[in-house]
Amino acid sequence: MSLSVTRAEPSIAEVGDYIELMKPRVMSLVVFTALVGLLIAPGHLHPVIALTALVCIAVGAGAAGSLNMWYDADIDGRMSRTAARPIPAGRIAPGEALAFGLTLAGFSVVVLGLLVNLVAAALLAATIAFYVVIYTMWLKRSTPQNIVIGGAAGALPPMIGWAAATGGIAIEPFLLFLIIFFWTPPHFWALSLYRSADYERAGVPMLPVVAGLAETRKRILLYTLVLAPLGAAPWFLGYAGMLYGVVAVAAGAGMIILALRVRAEEDGHAASKRLFGLSILYLFVLFATLLVDRAAPVLFGHFAA
Amino acid sequence: MTLCLAMERDKPEPGIRLTERQLRARRARSIAIAVSLGVLVILFYIVTLVKGPGVLVRPL
Repeated sequence: MSLSVTRAEPSIAEVGDYIELMKPRVMSLVVFTALVGLLIAPGHLHPVIALTALVCIAVGAGAAGSLNMWYDADIDGRMSRTAARPIPAGRIAPGEALAFGLTLAGFSVVVLGLLVNLVAAALLAATIAFYVVIYTMWLKRSTPQNIVIGGAAGALPPMIGWAAATGGIAIEPFLLFLIIFFWTPPHFWALSLYRSADYERAGVPMLPVVAGLAETRKRILLYTLVLAPLGAAPWFLGYAGMLYGVVAVAAGAGMIILALRVRAEEDGHAASKRLFGLSILYLFVLFATLLVDRAAPVLFGHFAA
Repeated sequence: MTLCLAMERDKPEPGIRLTERQLRARRARSIAIAVSLGVLVILFYIVTLVKGPGVLVRPL
């Protein structure tokens, strides 16, 4: 009897490939929204502990990205936008990505729990689990509502930031959660409008593939009509000042105008491409203004004293 | 006898022989892991100093 043992080819993965596995661009948005949640929270958090929380949230987001790329390697390879990712391109073996993702997830949650607090750690663990198991493994391949429900994972970081600072959760970070939650569908559907052939080839039931371009454009407008007043909600509920109110109303109006242009678009995808790009700017401006709005009185008070 | 010893010495070692690219990538990965672990150790050290005796008090 002879036993044949197949050996895995030694890895050629560079450090940069592992960084790419962590989806650094998504990570930067996660860290930024978590930072806003952390800084607008009441009370005082030592800068070292705050930095620790942000690093853990960033690593946790990287873990979720890695596990997503591990599971989705088959469909990534069939889509032009994702074919060059480290696993489909053959630079990282699936098992390496899985081990990397699980290690990062474990370390980020445990360190956040040990050095910051357990509520923040539990929220981070839930976010990673939701993104990987509920969104990636289940919803993404089974329903056009994938990014609607799955968007909850991307919306949680401000709540983790708030929990890191206070040890609990409140209405205010929940509002930020809702803003990101309702921002996600118009953002991703705008992308999927001009990438629908890619999604169709990969067998991913994105809305334009299942319901058509016209229906997707209609739903982009509907979600944007909910998003715009929601974006201004921190102001009219008294959580933010006039500066935030003016910016949120103006940016929301801008988003609605863009969504109307997408709705009216019949040939080409110029409007949807613009909406995709500007929706990122919208979220950034909204959160940055909230930060300035909340930090300005504290800073001016500090200098005046 | 001398010839046999020389042949034995020249025989390639069993196992996988890494290419230059694989060796370079492995070295870079090892350094990255070492740096990450170093950062983790320093982080725990600094947080211990910041939190002082209350380092194990983790409020819910």
